[in-house]
Amino acid sequence: MPVQVQTAIFDPGQLLNALHRDQLGVGAVVGFVGYVRDFNDGQEVAGMLLEHYPGMTEKALQKIVREAEERWPLSCVDVVHRVGKLEPGEPIVFVGVSSAHRSASFEASHFIIDYLKTRAPFWKKEDTAEGPRWVDAREGDQTALDKWAPRS
Amino acid sequence: MITVQFFARYRELLNQDQAHMHWDEHLDTVGALRNRLVDRGEPWILLSEPRLMCARNQELCNLDEPLRDGDEIAFFPPVTGG
Repeated sequence: MPVQVQTAIFDPGQLLNALHRDQLGVGAVVGFVGYVRDFNDGQEVAGMLLEHYPGMTEKALQKIVREAEERWPLSCVDVVHRVGKLEPGEPIVFVGVSSAHRSASFEASHFIIDYLKTRAPFWKKEDTAEGPRWVDAREGDQTALDKWAPRS
Repeated sequence: MITVQFFARYRELLNQDQAHMHWDEHLDTVGALRNRLVDRGEPWILLSEPRLMCARNQELCNLDEPLRDGDEIAFFPPVTGG
């Protein structure tokens, strides 16, 4: 199961180690972990609520993983994204990739998180001192995709 | 019948997460459906935001995507996961 959407907290170290276990052809594992910060856009953040589109979320993540697998020779991919209520310091997302050589894992994990940020139907609502607020999408997330445009 | 879903800020401002609409031959694209909703006036006008995202049958699409009877359409603000 390379894609998991869950409310439960996860242990990034455990997920990272699982990408290598019993895989003697794997020479490289790269993991990205996104965390809830206690400060964003000039305001302290006491926590957040993550909404998603059940059904589409899983399909969107699977499509992104398939695209990565078509572009790079990968051994394993694991994507875990949390939904529901999250506290500052908690992990939100894990993207882990294993491959025989490092460049495929580095590039594929970067590609997956960049696409996830702009294509997967998740929305963050932060709790601030002034009340709850929906997080606005960053322009930089969209331009980050440019580096993955097909090379001519 | 078309099922239309709304998420996040749109869900809150429209005060509903889902609507059902009868399909007719004028609703030939997702954009036509969006325009039909916007024509209802406030608060539906928010769906005319240029950054609106949409999905047809749980796949991201553009507003010129063809619409068929029975489709599940979703409108939502730019995504902010990760």
